[in-house]
Amino acid sequence: MSDPTVADTRRLNSKPQDLTDAYGPPSNFLEIDVYDPQTVGVGRNRFTTYEVRMRTNLPIFKLKDSVVRRRYSDFEWLKNELERDSKIVVPPLPGKALKRQLPFRGDEGIFEEAFIEERRVGLEQFINRLAGHPLAQNERCLHMFLQDESIDRNYIPGKV
Amino acid sequence: MSFFSFGQSAEIDVVLTDAETRKKAEHKTEDGKKDKYFLFYDGETVAGKVNVTLKNPGKRLEHQGIKIEFVGQIELYYDRGNHHEFVSLVKDLARPGELTQSQTFDFEFTHVEKPYESYTGQNVKLRYFLRATVSRRLNDISKEMDIVVHTLSTYPELNSSIKMEVGIEDCLHIEFEYNKSKYHLKDVIVGKIYFLLVRIKIKHMEIDIIKRETTGTGPSVYHENDTIAKYEIMDGAPVRGESIPIRLFLAGYEMTPTMRDINKKFSVRYYLNLVLIDEEERRYFKQQEITLWRKGDVVRKSMSAQATIGAQRFEGSASSESALEKAAREDSG
Repeated sequence: MSDPTVADTRRLNSKPQDLTDAYGPPSNFLEIDVYDPQTVGVGRNRFTTYEVRMRTNLPIFKLKDSVVRRRYSDFEWLKNELERDSKIVVPPLPGKALKRQLPFRGDEGIFEEAFIEERRVGLEQFINRLAGHPLAQNERCLHMFLQDESIDRNYIPGKV
Repeated sequence: MSFFSFGQSAEIDVVLTDAETRKKAEHKTEDGKKDKYFLFYDGETVAGKVNVTLKNPGKRLEHQGIKIEFVGQIELYYDRGNHHEFVSLVKDLARPGELTQSQTFDFEFTHVEKPYESYTGQNVKLRYFLRATVSRRLNDISKEMDIVVHTLSTYPELNSSIKMEVGIEDCLHIEFEYNKSKYHLKDVIVGKIYFLLVRIKIKHMEIDIIKRETTGTGPSVYHENDTIAKYEIMDGAPVRGESIPIRLFLAGYEMTPTMRDINKKFSVRYYLNLVLIDEEERRYFKQQEITLWRKGDVVRKSMSAQATIGAQRFEGSASSESALEKAAREDSG
């Protein structure tokens, strides 16, 4: 061993890095866009849906590119399922806006453009944070939310 | 406690024989301040004088005996009443009687065993001190002098590196390596992190040194964790096949040697915590224990014998009797 009074600071041996790994595409690509709000229905049975588009190269997701339509209550359903079944701390959803649903408002309530935009941004942040969590990626409810055409509320909860 | 004495009638102080030559070491007190105390090693002799000075030179001082004690004790903060003494030596300096004038008494505790290092922690304190006492009927006069003890070690024969592969299936696989498992307090941690698979978005990576002080036994065990250091080793996202070097100099941090189950009362252990943080502030970590030991400085020839005794006692080799004899012979030679 070298002189014990001087600290041994030599580097440990490392495998040289493969150039395809160094300059290749990242294997952690995951992007979800929430956009194109559409209000459907008439009168008191109106509601707003958003297009949820996911692009990824993570192998755990069956489809590398998927598009579905979801409404606010679908996001709430997903949050509740994950809070019940997984151990993660689920990020917060944008508000429920109950006050906006009361009658005798001067404006459009929950169909105000500014409010819908604010909600859209919140939902996009929520789903991106959630889908990136390794433990959430194991839950069937997340995959059903992102990649199945419609949500089957009678599904059997479980892991992928 | 007596209403009839206005203050002490005598003063005691303790002076070491080698006060001029003996080194002092800094040690933290309970309230966080740093003070200097005389530094001793295991097996060294503690010798000096006790000066008893009468405040009123004309007045006689009656006493029930004068003695000096050398004490090594462990004090648990939540159980202050009970001091656990693991070293307790007494030398009687004077039989019960009278002092007509100020007097000085010599004392020597030869080759005292000091098996553990002085330690002041969050919930426990281990200290060594001399206590000189003039016993009296109503109230004793006493004086304590704290000393600091360091336990020395030599380079361990077996010091394997720590090398491990850990990860989350399909998300993150890393291989980490630290060059040793036992480091001295002024050592360098040299290592690397090799990324086998990265499917999460990592923002940065750091190494923390965590000190864990464990007090109590059985059902009432209490761990106190303290992060001594946080050292960022990577900023930004790595890719598969990338290797990040680690070089962490320990001399800059205030640490003690690893203390395992001291007198069955407490432990102080150190861990390296490798932490990866992703873009959503999620933390992925792996903790690994390391052993810290204290390396002796370049010692003078006269001190080397004492240090050898200390090192041998720590390593558990050779009987202390033969080590003392051998050291005594070397010392006088």
